[in-house]
Amino acid sequence: MKNKNTSLFRKDLVQEALKESFVKLNPKIMFRNPVMFTVEIGTFIMLIVTLYSLTSDAQGSFGYNFTFFLLLLLTLLFANFAEAIAEARGKAQADSLRKTREETPAKRVSSIGKIHSDAVEIIPSSLLKKGDLFFCEAGDIIPADGEIAEGLATIDESAITGESAPVIREAGGDKSSVTGGTKVLSDRITVKVTTDQGESFLDKMIALVEGASRQKTPNEIALTILLAGFTLVFIIVTITLKPFADYANTPITIASFISLFVCLIPTTIGGLLSAIGIAGMDRALRANVITKSGKAVETAGDIDVLLLDKTGTITIGNRKATHFYPANGMDEKHFIKSVVLSSMADQTPEGKSILELAGIDPLSYEVKDARFIKFTAETRSSGIDFENTRIRKGAADAIKTLSETAGNAFPDETAERVTQISSNGGTPLVVSENEKVIGVIELQDIIKPGIRERFERLRKMGIKTVMVTGDNPLTAKFIADKAGVDDFIAEAKPEDKMNYIKKEQAEGRLVAMMGDGTNDAPALAQADVGVAMNSGTQAAKEAGNMVDLDNDPTKLIEVVEIGKQLLMTRGTLTTFSIANDVAKYFAIIPALFIVAIPSLQGLNIMNLQSPESALLSAVIFNAIIIPLLIPLALKGVAYKPIGASALLRRNLFIYGLGGVIVPFIGIKLIDIFVSSFL
Amino acid sequence: MNTEILGVVLMYATVVALAIPLGRYIGKIFNYENTWLDKIFNPLDRLFFKLSGIDPSKEMNWKQHLAALLTTNAVWFVLSLFVLSNMSWLPLNPDKNPSMSWDLAFNTSVSFVSNTNLQHYSGETGLSYMGQLILMLWQFISAATGIAICAVVFNAMKERTTHELGNFYSYFVRACTRILLPIAFAGAVILVFNGTPMTFEGKDSLTTLEGAEQHISRGPAAAFVSIKQLGTNGGGYYGPNSSNPMENPNYLTNILETIFIFLIPIALVFAMGYVLKRRKLALMVYGVMTAGFLCLVIPAIYYEMNGNPAIAEMGIAQDMGSMEGKEVRFGSAASAYWAINTTSTSNGSVNAMHDSMTPLTGMFAMIGMMVNSFYGGVGVGFINFYIFIILAVFIGGLMVGRTPEFLGKKVEAKEVKIAMIIALLHPLMILGGTALASFLYAGNPEVYEGWLKNPGFHGFSEMLYEFSSSSANNGSGFEGLGDNTPFWNLATGLVMLLARYLPIIGPVAIAGILASKKFIPESAGTLKTDTSTFGILIFAVIAIVAALAFFPALTLGPLAEYFSLY
Repeated sequence: MKNKNTSLFRKDLVQEALKESFVKLNPKIMFRNPVMFTVEIGTFIMLIVTLYSLTSDAQGSFGYNFTFFLLLLLTLLFANFAEAIAEARGKAQADSLRKTREETPAKRVSSIGKIHSDAVEIIPSSLLKKGDLFFCEAGDIIPADGEIAEGLATIDESAITGESAPVIREAGGDKSSVTGGTKVLSDRITVKVTTDQGESFLDKMIALVEGASRQKTPNEIALTILLAGFTLVFIIVTITLKPFADYANTPITIASFISLFVCLIPTTIGGLLSAIGIAGMDRALRANVITKSGKAVETAGDIDVLLLDKTGTITIGNRKATHFYPANGMDEKHFIKSVVLSSMADQTPEGKSILELAGIDPLSYEVKDARFIKFTAETRSSGIDFENTRIRKGAADAIKTLSETAGNAFPDETAERVTQISSNGGTPLVVSENEKVIGVIELQDIIKPGIRERFERLRKMGIKTVMVTGDNPLTAKFIADKAGVDDFIAEAKPEDKMNYIKKEQAEGRLVAMMGDGTNDAPALAQADVGVAMNSGTQAAKEAGNMVDLDNDPTKLIEVVEIGKQLLMTRGTLTTFSIANDVAKYFAIIPALFIVAIPSLQGLNIMNLQSPESALLSAVIFNAIIIPLLIPLALKGVAYKPIGASALLRRNLFIYGLGGVIVPFIGIKLIDIFVSSFL
Repeated sequence: MNTEILGVVLMYATVVALAIPLGRYIGKIFNYENTWLDKIFNPLDRLFFKLSGIDPSKEMNWKQHLAALLTTNAVWFVLSLFVLSNMSWLPLNPDKNPSMSWDLAFNTSVSFVSNTNLQHYSGETGLSYMGQLILMLWQFISAATGIAICAVVFNAMKERTTHELGNFYSYFVRACTRILLPIAFAGAVILVFNGTPMTFEGKDSLTTLEGAEQHISRGPAAAFVSIKQLGTNGGGYYGPNSSNPMENPNYLTNILETIFIFLIPIALVFAMGYVLKRRKLALMVYGVMTAGFLCLVIPAIYYEMNGNPAIAEMGIAQDMGSMEGKEVRFGSAASAYWAINTTSTSNGSVNAMHDSMTPLTGMFAMIGMMVNSFYGGVGVGFINFYIFIILAVFIGGLMVGRTPEFLGKKVEAKEVKIAMIIALLHPLMILGGTALASFLYAGNPEVYEGWLKNPGFHGFSEMLYEFSSSSANNGSGFEGLGDNTPFWNLATGLVMLLARYLPIIGPVAIAGILASKKFIPESAGTLKTDTSTFGILIFAVIAIVAALAFFPALTLGPLAEYFSLY
C-alpha cells in the first residue's frame, strides 16, 4: 500500500538518527526518561573515575575503567538511537504526506456566486487563511484543506490514499471535504479553507511524532512510574551493598557498583519505551490513519464495542432492487410505470437501481406538471406529483401511515410480502398511488466477502460489534446474523447512535465508531475512539480523534489492533527486561565477591572466566540487547486474537521465560569471546 | 515415609482442612450473614457500641477507615507505654519485676502494637503479670486490626462503584469476638490440659533431685500462648518462646501451636473467595502462596534433617538431623517446619533456635520474611499479596494489549505509584537498616563488639535477620545478637512502626481508589486473574521484586556461610 516503506533502517534515516542520538545526550532531554537519566549519571561518574584512574590505581586500571565508561555511553546512545530512529521514520512518513502540500498556486476568489475571472487573484497556497475561498478546475492541484462551498468534481486522491480510482466530492452532504495536494480531474469547485497553514491534522500529527508536543499517554506514565520504582529498588540494593562489603572486608570498585546498578535497572524497556510509543503512531500513519493524540491509539486497544455502519462496511456499497411485487389486482405494467416515475428524480443508488431493474427510460413517459418530492427523515418517503396523481415510495410503516390516514386499508397481502422480504434480509419499499398501496419493491444487500471472519476475529479480541442501519429490524436482524455481528441498531436515527454509545459507556465499556456526516459529529465526539473519514464533513473530522485518509470503514479493526500491539509491546518488553535480571545477578554477584570469598565460586553457575570478564559480559549484553530489540519495538509484538488468557500464556512464555534464559546464553557467549582478549 | 515427615504433612493437611470451613465462617461474618455465635455475641457487641457511642452501621470511606485504625492504635500505644514503664508499682506483680527502660518500653510497645512481638526482654524477669496482660490484650487487638482492615479490602474488591466500605469498628469488634476469642479460648483450654500454667500466683519453688532450690516462673501463660499463635503475634510468654516446655509441653501442643500459626492467614484467603464469590481467585491466591511456601519449607526440612556437615566431619552420627538448638521432643523436621511457618506468616514464635539452623534454612526463613506474603500475617498477609497482584495485573494487562484491569477496575498511574512505593519500602527498611548497622560495626568493631558474638558471615545474617524480622512485623530473632541497646531498640522500633502502618495504608488506599472507579464488565479481551497463568506471573513478580532484591545481601550472609561449610 502507498507510502509503506518496508525497510526498517533506511540509510538516510539511520544517519539522521545517529546524529540525534548524540544530541539527545543533553541531560535536559534525558531527564524525561528517569531510567536512562540514572544511567547517564552513572556514565558521568565513570568518566570521573576514568580520569582519576590516570593518577591512581585504587579504582582499577585506566583501560578497565575507560572500557566501562565507553560501554555505558554506548548503552545511552543505543537507547537514544531507538527513539531517534522511531522519530525519523515517523517524520519521513509524515513528510511524504506533507510533500503533497508544497507551494501550489491558489486561485483565491472574493465571494461565492458570480465569479468573474478578474475577481480571482492567484496567490501562493501558504498565504491562504482559514475562511478564504478558492476555486479549482480540472487539472488543478487543490492548494489547501477545505470544504466544497459550491460545485462537484471528480478528484484524484491517490497522492494521499494511494487509491487510483477517482472519487466524487460535492458541496453539501457528507462528502464535501477536499484535501490539499489532491488533484481535480474534472469539473470545477469552489472551496472554503477550513484550517490555517500549519494547523491541519497532518501538521498536528507531525508535531506529535517529532516530540515537541508529544505527551506521555496514561499507560506510558504508569509504566514510567513502575520502571522508576524498579530503578529506586536497585539504587537501594547498590548503595546498601557498600557497607555490607565493608563489613565483609570485600573491596568493590566503583566500576563494579555502577555495572551492577546499570545491569539491574530496566534499561532495555527504559531505552525503548518512547520508541514504542512513537512507532505506534507511526504504524497508524502507515495505515493512513491520522491520530490527534498518542492517547487515542492507546485507547483503541481498550475498545469493547465497535459501532459500524452497515452500508459500505458490512455490505458492499448499496442495496439493489431485485424484484417488483404488484399488489393484488394491480396491473404489473402500470405498477412498473408508477415505480419508474417515482424514481425518476431519485439520485440515490437505490433509485437508480430501480430504473436499472425496470429497464425503461422514464423520459419515454409523458408527464405534465411533474413535481418531485424529496426524501426527508420525517416522511421517510419520496416520489412524484403530476396531474392528479401522487406516487410515493418509502418504508412500509411510512406508507402504511400515509394510506391509513387517507382511509385506505393497508392490504394484508402486502404486509405479508413486506415481512417476507425483510426476513430474507431484503429491504421492502412500498409504493402508493394516491395514498393507495399498489405494490412492493424488493431491495437486497450484498454482504462483503470475508467480513464474517473479521467479526469472528474481533469477538475473540473481546470486542462486541454493533451494526448501525436505517433498515427495519427484520432486515437488520437478517443481515446481522448473516454477517455475524453481535448486535444491531435498526431504523437508526443519529440520536440512536448517540444513545447507544452513552448506554454502553454508562456500563463501563469503551466505544469506537466511524462516521463521516455532520449528523455523526456528536456521536464521534462522544465515542471513546471516533474515526472520521477524510471525505467526511469538517464537523465530523473535528469531532473525532482520528481521521482515516482512505475512507475505509473497516479501518477501525486495524486501529484496534495497532492500539493493542502498542500496549503489548510495552508489556512484553518490560517483562523481558525485568526477567533478564535473574541471569545478570548470577553473573555479577559472584564476580563482586569471589576474590575476597573464594568459596562463592559455587554461585558462579554460568562458569564465567573471571570477575572482570563476567562484569564486562553483563554490561555488554545489557547494552547490545537494546539495538537488537529495536526492530521488535518498531514493528510491535504481533497481536493474535486468541483470548486474553492464551495471549498471556504465550507472551509470558516467550518474553518471560525467554527473558530469563536468553541472557544466560548471551552473557556466557560474550564471556567466552571477551575472555579471549583479557 | 519417615514419621517426622508424616507429622509435618499431617500438620499441613489439618490446617488446610480446618481453614476451608473457617474461611467460610469468616466470610459470613464479614458479609453480616447469620452464624451460630450471633446469639451470644450480638448483645455483647451492642453493649460495646453503646458504651463507646459508636454507630456500627455508619459506612466509612477508605480514609475514614485508616483514621479509625490509626487513632485506636495510637491510644492503646500510649496505654502500653505507661504500663510497661510503671510495672514495678502497678498491681499483679508478685515476682517484683522491674519497670522497663524508656527505649525498651518504646520498642516493646511498638513491637506488640504492630503485631511484630520482637522481644528484647525475657518475659520471666522482664514483665509483671500486668505487663503480660497488657501485651496479651495487644495480641488480640493487633490481630483484629489486621483482620478488620483486610475485610475492608475485601469489601472494596466487590464488583461495584462505591466509597462506602463498611464500618471499621464493627469489623474490628466482630473479628475479636467471633473469630479470635472463641478459637483462642479453645486453644488455651487444650494447652492448660497439657500442662501450660494458667495462674496469677507468683514463682513456684521446688527442690530438685540434686537438692538444689529451683524457682519456676508461672502466670497466665496458656491464654497468652494461644492468642500468640493464633494472631500471628509470636511474642512468647517466656524468653525461649515455644521451645520452653511450659509454653509448648509436648508434640501434641506443638501440633496445635503449629496449626494455629497458619490457620487464620489461610482461612482469610478462602474468606476472600466467599465474600467476593470468586472461589477460583481464592484458589489462585492460595496456590501461589502455597507454591512459595513449599519452595522454602521443603529444602529447609531437607537441610535440617540431613545434619550439619561440620559435625559429620567429626565422625558424629546425626540420625536425628541437625539437633543443635532444637528440642528433642519436636525433632528436626517439625522444628524446621515451624521455622518456615513462623517466618512466612509474620508470626515469629519459635520452637527452636533459628541461629543454630543450617545456613540455608536460615536463609529460607529470612526469605519468608522478605516476601512476607506466603500466607503472611493475619489480614496483612493478604494485603501484602494484594500489592503484588496490582503489580502483576499492570504488567500482565499490558501484555494482553489492554489498559490493565483488576476485578473490573482500571489500574492506572496512581495505583501503580502507591503499589511501587509499598513494594520498595520493605527492601529499603531491611537493606537500609542492615546497611546502617554494618556501617557502624565495620567502622568501629571494638565499640560495637557487644552486638555480635559471631562476627563474619553469621554475624551479618544476625543483623539482616533482625531487620527482616522487624520490617516483616515477624518478631522472631536469630538471637546471638546483643539487641537490648538503644540503637537496636530505636532502629527496629522505627522500622516496625513504619513497616506496620505504611503497608496497610498503601493497599487500603489502592483498594479504596479502585472501589470508587467505574466498574468495567469482563470481556474475552480482559486479563483473567483467576487462572494459573496469572498465578505464575504473580509468583514471578514476587520472586523478582521481593526476593531478588535481597540476593546480594543474602550472598554475604547465609550463602557465603553455606558455600564455606558445604
